[in-house]
Amino acid sequence: MRPAEGVYHRLNPTTKLVIAFAAALIAFGVRGWSGPVGVLGVVGVTAAVAGIGRGMRPFVLATLPLIASILIVNTFLYPDAHDVLFRVGPLAATGTGLAAALQASLRVVAFALSVAVFSLTTPTDDLLVDLEHRGLGRRGVFVIGAAIRTIPRMAERAGEIVESQRARALDTEGSLLRRVRGLVPLAGPLILGALSDVEERTMALEARAFSAPGRRTTLRPIPDTAGQRAVRWLVALGSLALLAATAGGVITPP
Amino acid sequence: MTAPTTAPLVLAAARYRYAGARTWALDGVSLSVDASRILAVVGANDAGKSTLCLVASGLAPAVIGGRFEGSALLDGTETRDLRPHEAAQRCGILFQNPLTQLSGTVPTVWEEVAFGPRNVGMELPEIVERTEGALRTLRISDLAPRDPSRLSGGQAQLVALASVLALRPASLVLDEPTSQLDPEGTRLVGEAIRRLAGEAGSAILIVEHKTSLIERVADEIGVLAAGRIVARGGAAEMLSDAALTSLGVDPPPAARLTRVLADAGIDRADVRRAIDAVRVENFSGPPIEAPA
Repeated sequence: MRPAEGVYHRLNPTTKLVIAFAAALIAFGVRGWSGPVGVLGVVGVTAAVAGIGRGMRPFVLATLPLIASILIVNTFLYPDAHDVLFRVGPLAATGTGLAAALQASLRVVAFALSVAVFSLTTPTDDLLVDLEHRGLGRRGVFVIGAAIRTIPRMAERAGEIVESQRARALDTEGSLLRRVRGLVPLAGPLILGALSDVEERTMALEARAFSAPGRRTTLRPIPDTAGQRAVRWLVALGSLALLAATAGGVITPP
Repeated sequence: MTAPTTAPLVLAAARYRYAGARTWALDGVSLSVDASRILAVVGANDAGKSTLCLVASGLAPAVIGGRFEGSALLDGTETRDLRPHEAAQRCGILFQNPLTQLSGTVPTVWEEVAFGPRNVGMELPEIVERTEGALRTLRISDLAPRDPSRLSGGQAQLVALASVLALRPASLVLDEPTSQLDPEGTRLVGEAIRRLAGEAGSAILIVEHKTSLIERVADEIGVLAAGRIVARGGAAEMLSDAALTSLGVDPPPAARLTRVLADAGIDRADVRRAIDAVRVENFSGPPIEAPA
């Protein structure tokens, strides 16, 4: 499915990729609250402009297990923290730990949302075409593209194998232990099937001159502008400068 | 080395052994396929049919390794002197599974078919011409904007064939191209194969279990057993040969019917005429079934 059109959608994929990388760098690299909060603010505005608010929910939900573990570990086990808020059995929740946990959680959410904005506004094909146009080799393009498209195929095949294993009376439902046991006969055919596919796919690629030397022809160059090139440099250098400044103590963000 | 031959695809005393194997999977196969001709190769499982395809197309040993002896010529050039992308432009190969033959990296059938010409760095106008030509030849131009991962098995196999054809090879090697297809998909591919030989002048080597398809498309048939061609002749003559069954090949329903009725005392020529009449009427329909 191609994303809906909009100002942000129409940006060159590499511009959006640079922005996403810069956001991730700032979210994790700038000390204090400013980094993650700033990134969340920018990502929120971008998502609103691009009209992709609802699509971001799965990305936020995917971070929940990680956030839960961050909150528990930091709140209860933060080293050398003595400002106890409450106790659960032998474990003490501390204010310092809770603040560190919230800050770390914000960083994770900011990162996830910057990835979400990028993926929800950028068709994979456009990204691959643009990266290839910029010199990424055909093998790199193939590996990225095939990996992205193989995931649904693997899921489909896993479903088929589960059904066929069930038809042979293998229990793939029930308790956790039973499900884990059911994974063993599932994983074998899935992995072997995938390996067999790889062999045939390799030969099929060679049959279409995949290993020919030289550069492949680009079918549809993705539009780019001088303004976007300037933005990319500005964002990339600006985020690196910000990181260096905060790491070197030139700026002390709140 | 260049040999003085006009056939686009020639094997002479070809022997091939997979890496690590002790026995020869192909053991002295000699055959040639002329332009506009279709040679079908039949045989029992493990007779060496798929290996024959890999050797004939130049993929073995260049891509998969192993030991090769004898001679395999594509357009008069030894495959051992060709790099895989050069062999691909002389001989296209189609495998059994349509899904593994699609690149899986492009959003439309059109771009899938253009994959080969792009790989060799052709100019855009030539890519457009070749891609649309291949789609037209197989009569699948209407599929051009479709997502390749959302096609039926028959359609996907035709797209895979079109993407091989876009490199305009003089010969084609088809390794059980309909084994995973339903009757409709088999019919589509069968008709395409006949057109390719007739209209595009391709030399076609097809390995196929479905003798009812072979009966419709092949000019000649070779029987492969234990890595050797043990019999070769005209398609009609070979398929009506009672010895075919003993070589692990099921004759097509029409041949079985002819034999059953002939055994019952009905004149073989009358039966043949009746079957030919039915076949003309049913050519685009499902295969003729043998009587219970």
